[in-house]
Amino acid sequence: MPVATLEFEEPVAILLKEIQALRLMPSTPDRQTTIARLEARVQELRAELFGNLTPWQRVLVARHPERPVMLDYVDRLFTGFTELHGDRRFADDKAIVTGMAHFHNKPVFIVGHQKGTDTKQKIYRNFGYAKPEGYRKALRVMKMAEKFKRPVIVFVDTPAAYPGVESEERGVAEAIALNLREMALLDTTIVVIVCGEGGSGGALGIAIGDRVLMQEFAVYSVIPPEGCAAILWRDSARKVDAADALKITAPDLLAMDVIDEIVPEPVGGAHQDHALATALIDEAIARHLAEVSAMTSADRLETRYQKFRAMGREGHAFVSAPLAAASE
Amino acid sequence: MAWFKKTRKPIEPQTDKSSRVPEGLWIKCPSCGQVIYNKELTINLQVCPKCAHHFRMNAADRLAMLFDDGQWTEHDADLRSTDPLSFTDTKPYRARLKASIASTGRNDAVVSASGLLDGMPAVVAAMEYGFIGGSMGVVVGEKITRAIEMGIAQRAPVIVVCCSGGARMMEGTLSLMQMAKISAALGRLDRAGLPYLSIMTDPTTGGVTASFAMLGDLHIAEPKALIGFAGPRVIEQTIRQKLPDGFQRAEFLLEKGMIDYIVDRREMKAAVAHSLRIMMGLPPSARPVASAPPADA
Repeated sequence: MPVATLEFEEPVAILLKEIQALRLMPSTPDRQTTIARLEARVQELRAELFGNLTPWQRVLVARHPERPVMLDYVDRLFTGFTELHGDRRFADDKAIVTGMAHFHNKPVFIVGHQKGTDTKQKIYRNFGYAKPEGYRKALRVMKMAEKFKRPVIVFVDTPAAYPGVESEERGVAEAIALNLREMALLDTTIVVIVCGEGGSGGALGIAIGDRVLMQEFAVYSVIPPEGCAAILWRDSARKVDAADALKITAPDLLAMDVIDEIVPEPVGGAHQDHALATALIDEAIARHLAEVSAMTSADRLETRYQKFRAMGREGHAFVSAPLAAASE
Repeated sequence: MAWFKKTRKPIEPQTDKSSRVPEGLWIKCPSCGQVIYNKELTINLQVCPKCAHHFRMNAADRLAMLFDDGQWTEHDADLRSTDPLSFTDTKPYRARLKASIASTGRNDAVVSASGLLDGMPAVVAAMEYGFIGGSMGVVVGEKITRAIEMGIAQRAPVIVVCCSGGARMMEGTLSLMQMAKISAALGRLDRAGLPYLSIMTDPTTGGVTASFAMLGDLHIAEPKALIGFAGPRVIEQTIRQKLPDGFQRAEFLLEKGMIDYIVDRREMKAAVAHSLRIMMGLPPSARPVASAPPADA
């Protein structure tokens, strides 16, 4: 099965169909060269298309059905992954996976949203919409990492926290809030990578760290573009405009210092080549982990505090201007 | 003989769900339909004298109600958003900011202040719903963070009066990050052993709930305040059915174990003072503590 193409990949899709048709015919040296030429053209087109993606197109890439999900990365990055279940209070949330493993032979703890790949898995994982018990499980495991002084690696990929009755009843807001506070104080290294959709508070609830990395075509937003369009434009069809206005892409967020580094993806997005996408993540995580782990604990905590303290800086995001000057 | 039995339904008061800060000479209570003289409402702390419906209260009145003799020192009043994303929806964000600054006389959606509360030094930040729905952008984040840092520096308790629809979309991911910024500061306040009281008023939702509203040593709510993470409409869309009455109201949260107590606004100051005295290790107040209406009432 070829990887599904997105709506804006139309020119690529046409070429791919052509290649497929040629492949069905008896192979001749002539056809082989044509196929090779077309394939080269596909790569070229892809590089061109993905070099100029609009924010909304990036949203589509981040949500691509074949984009690697957390457990795909876990399989390739770590050895001896042992999943740890449950928040010890209410249940085991399937939308957040926690565990421990070795990363380049060093013991680490792992936390992340898991979306699921096929329909059955997606339903089992609640499409990556975590409930309060997911955030509480994450905190439990991170506290354990702190106890044993092991680093935590976090994968962020969720549309949002689950907006349902039971979420509210069990205090999803409190669960996220507590994570924000305790992760800021957690006395061990935390490296976060936003590898798909960084959906609002549901993402932030496990995304406090010494380093926050972001994959090239991932998005990170205060509200999904559809939701923003429905509220501000009163028309969810204006999602393309909303995606533009919200500044949710990795380059935008790097410019605002919301993230520390963009992790590149294979040409055409991570879904084109899971192995290469993983290798690129591997290098970035290993480097940041080494840098942060070399810091003293007091240094690390102070730097982490100042990192988030500086989100929205004076002079950039706000100024000091007396009210009297407001009329101009 | 069915027509004899036809019972006429009593005319029910129109329930206007959106309770605004009232303007004009006479106000109709959206809950019981009583027509109230505006001045009487102000003296009664924006609480309906007949049915105790809590109208929304602006930040200044809120601070006057909590601080002794209505006296406080405001901080960081000058901070103003630069519109860091150059955001435009149907209207430029700058225009929205300008309109809100003109209508509220505030630079953004929170007023932070310090003063005495029942004789105790305290830092209070009160949110202004009239300013883009009390939404949290960088200025709200910065001012509340500074208020918390002031509490730590002066070893004073911190109180935040929440009244907000959540994070401000027009400042994008930077708004989201304010949740992290404030929560980190609250972590330091917590470890410094100082009290933090979160007072939740109607409405407290979204990113505000999922950060500083839910990190209090005490969670205090006003009666019937809407408190939740996801908005009721979003939940209804998810579960495809209507939510029961009272869902996400203060009483519901009390039942679910999310808040410590619900208190009538007219008793709010006494309740806060009493709790603070116990936390700060002080004897009971020598004189009765009363929530005061604004001085110009």
